[in-house]
Amino acid sequence: MEVTTKSMPYEAWKDNEYIESLVKELQENGTNVVVGAFDKLINWGRSNSVWPLTFATSCCGIEFVSLGAARFDMARFGWEVARSSPRQADFMMVAGTIVNRMVPVFRRLYDQLAEPKYVIACGGCAISGGPFRKSYHVAKGIEDIVPVDVFVPGCPPRPEAMIYGIMQLSRKMKVEKFFGGVNRKEKQEKFLAEHPVPGVND
Amino acid sequence: MATITEKIAKLFPQVGVATVDGIPQFTVEDKDWHAVAEALRHDPELAMDYLVTIVGMDWTETLGCIYYLESTANHALCSVKVTTADRENPMLHSVEDIWHVAGLYEREVYDFFGIIFIGNPDMRRLFLSIDWKGYPLRKDYDEDPALNPISIESERQSDTTDTYVEMPDGKIEKKTVEIFGKDDFVVNIGPQHPATHGVLRFRTAVDGETIKKIDVYMGYIHRGVEKLCESLNYPQTLHYFDRLDYFSGHHYHHCVCNLIERAAGIEISRRAKVIRVMMDELGRIASHCLFMGTFCMDLGATTMLFYTLRVREQILDIMDKTCGARMSFNYECIGGLMADIAPDFVQDVKALLAVLPANLKEYDKIFTGNVIAKNRMEGVGYISKEDAVAYGVTGPSGRASGWACDVRKTHPYSIYPELDFEQVVATEGDSMARFKVRMREIEESAKILAQLVDNIPEGEYCVKVPKVLKLPVGSWFEMVEGCRGTFAVYLESDGQTKPYRMKIVPPCLPLAAAVDYMTEGQKIADLITIGGSLDYIVPDMDR
Repeated sequence: MEVTTKSMPYEAWKDNEYIESLVKELQENGTNVVVGAFDKLINWGRSNSVWPLTFATSCCGIEFVSLGAARFDMARFGWEVARSSPRQADFMMVAGTIVNRMVPVFRRLYDQLAEPKYVIACGGCAISGGPFRKSYHVAKGIEDIVPVDVFVPGCPPRPEAMIYGIMQLSRKMKVEKFFGGVNRKEKQEKFLAEHPVPGVND
Repeated sequence: MATITEKIAKLFPQVGVATVDGIPQFTVEDKDWHAVAEALRHDPELAMDYLVTIVGMDWTETLGCIYYLESTANHALCSVKVTTADRENPMLHSVEDIWHVAGLYEREVYDFFGIIFIGNPDMRRLFLSIDWKGYPLRKDYDEDPALNPISIESERQSDTTDTYVEMPDGKIEKKTVEIFGKDDFVVNIGPQHPATHGVLRFRTAVDGETIKKIDVYMGYIHRGVEKLCESLNYPQTLHYFDRLDYFSGHHYHHCVCNLIERAAGIEISRRAKVIRVMMDELGRIASHCLFMGTFCMDLGATTMLFYTLRVREQILDIMDKTCGARMSFNYECIGGLMADIAPDFVQDVKALLAVLPANLKEYDKIFTGNVIAKNRMEGVGYISKEDAVAYGVTGPSGRASGWACDVRKTHPYSIYPELDFEQVVATEGDSMARFKVRMREIEESAKILAQLVDNIPEGEYCVKVPKVLKLPVGSWFEMVEGCRGTFAVYLESDGQTKPYRMKIVPPCLPLAAAVDYMTEGQKIADLITIGGSLDYIVPDMDR
């Protein structure tokens, strides 16, 4: 199955092996004819209206502003509805360094995002700590704090790279199993079991 | 210059006088410090009314502070060095009552060095949590991450603050003070809020819709740049300066390069100087364009963003061709520039200058005269000239209050003395004035660009600099005009390839300190206007 969008030929994507292995894993036990069709419908809708949370701590956030303006125009893809409240957003573009003091706030924002939720680690700082990795007050990558779906390298990444990153995310959403699937929920539960929130019992 | 040293030597014969990097430096004992500060501030001839910064220092045996002061009347600079040998329980006297902004700077020094300031009403940590172990900028700080682990648990916070008071018998007493009153209704704004321009948090005490007090809570993007610089050699430290105030990347690089070149005795080519200044001014236009866009968006006029970003994108294209990046350029280097300008640089700048006047006219037409915009901005967030000086509000925000504080004019550097441009000063001191000053600064920057674009001299863009750069023992201080105000760097070298101490003086930190003062008695919706018009960048204040 070729997972692609209207604007990109399949061969132009990178990481096709990854998405193919993901599809294979998901369809290992076959797909129900009825539920599978519903899945397709849901995924079509979801992958074309990916709403970001306005969340930026530093430099990368400014490129995200450029992404919203006329030149790069993310409205072409249905991503322009940037929400200020995590309850209304689909994904979180972690644009900037996450430091010790920000970690609890950041984790809470992630917990407040409504399911299904996604995270894009945008820029060197979010991926690994970037140039500030050796600092006493910087988290060495957000992967230890929340599960990450897409990594977009750069310092800061160009808006084109951000567009590609979100397109990759919507491609992942296209193959999800909403009704019969277990992929994401399981990952989430496993992650939460490994990283418990004190005082919260779910 | 001689008069300051003579005068202080006459008034306080026990004070040590020296000249460091062309600036008179007084070495004062802590017990005399408050009296000397009073004299420096209130003597009509000295009138050192602007506290540029407080540099906290750890000389391994002693701890101390270097205060940089400037007189707004004649722009004379001086510095005062106060030390303490007590490393266990270091204490100095506060000068918060003389210069308002000192209150915040002293908190910063306390956070990094653990020096307690007697008389400062608010001795809390500034960037790090109250449970943080150790003082990170001390030379003997233990960086073991196990001591201060990253936790997803909410940080412990205190509703009280400490203050240390000197009793008449000389004993120091610690007192606990409530930050807010018992009946105050406190609303939390930020750190995740679209109108705080980054991750800044305001604990706001309100009475209905009126703001009573704001407690600014920062550190949500404190990255410890000053400590990181101490472990890197000089050319490596440069790349952090793009990431502080990411709009003033060129200006900040310019400052550090000037400083290191001066210290190392490197003379750069005129071509490099001209290109540096051109990049500064292009950066200023781009920054002010984004300011207008985001500020108007905060006030509800989203359309402005699309108009102003059009010009910004055009400038970023010029930068992209020459520097190879849209942001974080890392273009200026010690000895000149990383690369020569792109072949069509001149042509592109001319194209920009051609479209700029029409664009500015359009912005004026869309926004400045708008009735709603006028009502939201005029008279909102007023700050007088005296208060702007006392709070250290520099840059376009200070100039909107009538304080002529443009470093390009007051302490000219590079080729600025040869250029014909005006310092934009307004007197209204409200949000509208801050907006208009920035609009007019775009015109002045364009004027500078027009003078230079046809006069880029031939020559090499980078002179030969030794691969391993060692600076002589000493200290240096350099200021430039960033997009948001006076940016300065203090550098102390012990003769090695790495800086012993690199203190960054960001223009945005005092702006945050002034928010509480400016919003008191205003409506909560005006907080957005005031914050937007000050145009602070949080990674710059937090470093």
